[in-house]
Amino acid sequence: MSPADFVSPLHSQETDVLIIGAGPVGLFAVFELGLLGLKARLIDTLDRPGGQCAELYPEKPIYDIPGWPTISGQALTDRLMEQAAPFEPDFRFNQRVESLTKRPDGRFQIVTDAGEVHVAPVVFIAAGAGSFTPRRPKLDGIAPYEGKSLFYAVRERAEFEGRDLVIVGGGDSALDWTLDLLPAVKSLTLVHRRDKFRAAPHTVQAMETAVAEGRMNFVMGDLERLTGKNGGANGELTAVTVKSKTGSTTIAADRLLTFFGLNIELGPIADWSLDLEDGKQIRVGTDKFQTTTPGIFAIGDINWYPGKLKLILSGFHEGALAAQEAFRIARPDEKLRFQYTTSSSELQKRLKVA
Amino acid sequence: MMANFHVTTRTGEKRTLEGVDGWRLMELLRDYKTGIEGICGGQLDCASCHIYVDPDWVGRLPEPRDEEEAKLDELPSWEENSRLACQIIWGEDLDGLTLTVAPD
Repeated sequence: MSPADFVSPLHSQETDVLIIGAGPVGLFAVFELGLLGLKARLIDTLDRPGGQCAELYPEKPIYDIPGWPTISGQALTDRLMEQAAPFEPDFRFNQRVESLTKRPDGRFQIVTDAGEVHVAPVVFIAAGAGSFTPRRPKLDGIAPYEGKSLFYAVRERAEFEGRDLVIVGGGDSALDWTLDLLPAVKSLTLVHRRDKFRAAPHTVQAMETAVAEGRMNFVMGDLERLTGKNGGANGELTAVTVKSKTGSTTIAADRLLTFFGLNIELGPIADWSLDLEDGKQIRVGTDKFQTTTPGIFAIGDINWYPGKLKLILSGFHEGALAAQEAFRIARPDEKLRFQYTTSSSELQKRLKVA
Repeated sequence: MMANFHVTTRTGEKRTLEGVDGWRLMELLRDYKTGIEGICGGQLDCASCHIYVDPDWVGRLPEPRDEEEAKLDELPSWEENSRLACQIIWGEDLDGLTLTVAPD
């Protein structure tokens, strides 16, 4: 069953604005929407807020945030969370938005890879450079194997029990899973391009002991080819070929796990019929930062317009303007009043300071 | 003196570009729009500035540090001449450097 088929009223949840991406720009949009009395729900593939700031450079100082001569990615995330807190945003982590469609009633529907369905009159795409996804091996014809005999993570151990398993990688994930699955598999071969490992030293030592005792194998080299039953048509793996400086080695295997780290890719957003610049950024107007589909906005690094600068501060501005139009769409019968936080008692009440 | 480098971009176009002293090669490649994203800003986190250095140049560049080697380990498109451009600082001694932007 594909996620799109999984539309149950129990899982269908409504809000004013759905924000795809919980990075700094998505978080500040919560604040701007909140001042206007709009509720937001954020969906992110990561397991916590902050996007690239939290995932790629939590400790790195950023020097171009107005009012903060220096602030780390994590500290900025923490401050933005604090600023958004009065508006009680609703977070859905560890989920990737797979589809975005318009319903007959004019609202938008989002379905995630966890099968959740979310409905709102307005969508903000604040997805940065895209979503973090596992890097795939650079081999032709691997698609039929994916999810059947080739995996990029261990979701169910049972999938590997009693199997001839090949694990590729030299980091903590590769080594940890090697040791964890070793007692459960029929055979295990670890493949890495060199004999140095960046995993924790005690893990490396435990693996080396297992190799010395003949409980598993280690092959130095790179993936060269996968071989399967009937040319691999059904994704049934039979062997993995590894090439090294000294030649090729073929290992009998019916399961392959590769740990090549995470890549950032646009992902399903490319399929949402939005006008893309250079295939990577979503074109928007600079008055509202709305896409070519009214009601869908793109803010932050993901958008493009003439003069675009990929700066966090640009994304803050874009979110503030998009929020104004979001109000007009979500509250068509109410008058939009522009107010200042310094003087408006209504805003101060929403901010829970008055 | 003008110091240049030769790039085969991600789309396969061959270009000769001028270096800027003290810039990271990643920043130059990003600025010249050669297909390099440099998402993490030189933190050795994203490996999106992966390049193949012309074999003649491999030995002329400073050796990769352990942290760079470790990140290169993750790349399925790794080759003997793989480097991360964020770890190479431009200087006139690199005049004539020839490289190819690696696939995504």
